[in-house]
Amino acid sequence: MCLAVPAKILIIHNDKAIADFGGVQREIIITLVKNDVKENDYVLVHAGFAIQKIDEHSFKDIVNTWRTLLEH
Amino acid sequence: MNSHNILRDKSLALKVAKYINERCSRDKYTIMHVCGTHEYTITHFGIRSLIPKVDLRAGPGCPVCVASPVNIDLAVKLSLMDNVLVTTFGDMFKVRGSKFSLMDSKGMGGRVSIVYSIHDAVELARRNPDLEVVHFAIGFETTAPSTAAMILSNPPENFSIIPTHLLIPPAMLHLLNLGEVRIDGFICPGHVSTIIGVKPYLGIACSKRVPMVIAGFEPLDVLIGVAMLIDMINNGECTVKNEYTRAVRFEGNVKALEFMDKVFKVSDAYWRGIGFIPNSGLELRDEFSMFDARVKFDVNVEADYNMPPGCRCGDVLRGLIMPWECPLFAKVCTPENPVGPCMVSFEGSCSIAYKYGGFTFH
Repeated sequence: MCLAVPAKILIIHNDKAIADFGGVQREIIITLVKNDVKENDYVLVHAGFAIQKIDEHSFKDIVNTWRTLLEH
Repeated sequence: MNSHNILRDKSLALKVAKYINERCSRDKYTIMHVCGTHEYTITHFGIRSLIPKVDLRAGPGCPVCVASPVNIDLAVKLSLMDNVLVTTFGDMFKVRGSKFSLMDSKGMGGRVSIVYSIHDAVELARRNPDLEVVHFAIGFETTAPSTAAMILSNPPENFSIIPTHLLIPPAMLHLLNLGEVRIDGFICPGHVSTIIGVKPYLGIACSKRVPMVIAGFEPLDVLIGVAMLIDMINNGECTVKNEYTRAVRFEGNVKALEFMDKVFKVSDAYWRGIGFIPNSGLELRDEFSMFDARVKFDVNVEADYNMPPGCRCGDVLRGLIMPWECPLFAKVCTPENPVGPCMVSFEGSCSIAYKYGGFTFH
């Protein structure tokens, strides 16, 4: 139920956007993240609404921290 | 984005599991999560078999499973009325109230449509001005902001909702207060946390002395979350840490929280299998009562419900037992013929255990 999937914002038009879900494009509502996102950003989409912007780099930081920790 | 490949890196996952196992200084650490998607990741990827001393328990993380049967009965009754169309998310469609589900209602001639989004329900209302469209507004904090946004978007007069939104932190506190199961640490739900942020958990972690980690939904997210928790438990560090930094900010989604606050007020709510939990539900504020189907339609339903005989969904939802400890599991209760709500919903622990359980990682 709380499933959310990442999508890339392609075109923004007011409170709506066309987003790319790994090859499938569909309309999403961006009311909840409107001032934070721009085209080409990634967002988490839940039940048709973008609920948060995804920081693409931060997961790499976490994984790299653990990789470094576990290799020493 | 290539997060999938990186966060499913098998060799790193095995190293994190080894890290956890080396730090398990006692026989058992009980860690509870409260999210159906976490249960899916844990079961589907065989994570329990990697970390045998960590007892990963699923709590009430499936809003469909804990939805008030009274509200389902109301939705069924409304769907059978002339000129009323009830819209619902797909995983709510098959869950029974005291007797019938919305799917049963459809079979009896009721008007029910499955929608992907509450926005689709509002559009249905706009396109069908002669119909009353009633949306079954279910979900935790992840879903409540979209309901709030639509209520604030000036929907047509023939649109209303059955407010069934629930709040997760009060349920976590309730389980700790009940004390039925020992909980050494919590994995906090990632997508609920994208909305509420870190703060709502802090008071509970400090006052109840329980460490918490907000985690994402890939296998490495969960394993790293558990590793962080084991270190926190061992060090007596009762605070909240955030593993899911790519989507969860400390303050959450401020705009979504503002929308929720404008539209809803907090109330006590009934959770199926658990009972009433203080301050765990969301009701429409008085100025939006015209969108409350219970106010709009003069329909009464009996608040009388028991779990089906023999069904232990309540114990599963409170983390007392694992699904396969229920005597009905996989015998009379299967996804094809579910007895309790946890076997009906895609995110119910019993359904997940039935479909993906038993996988051991070698």
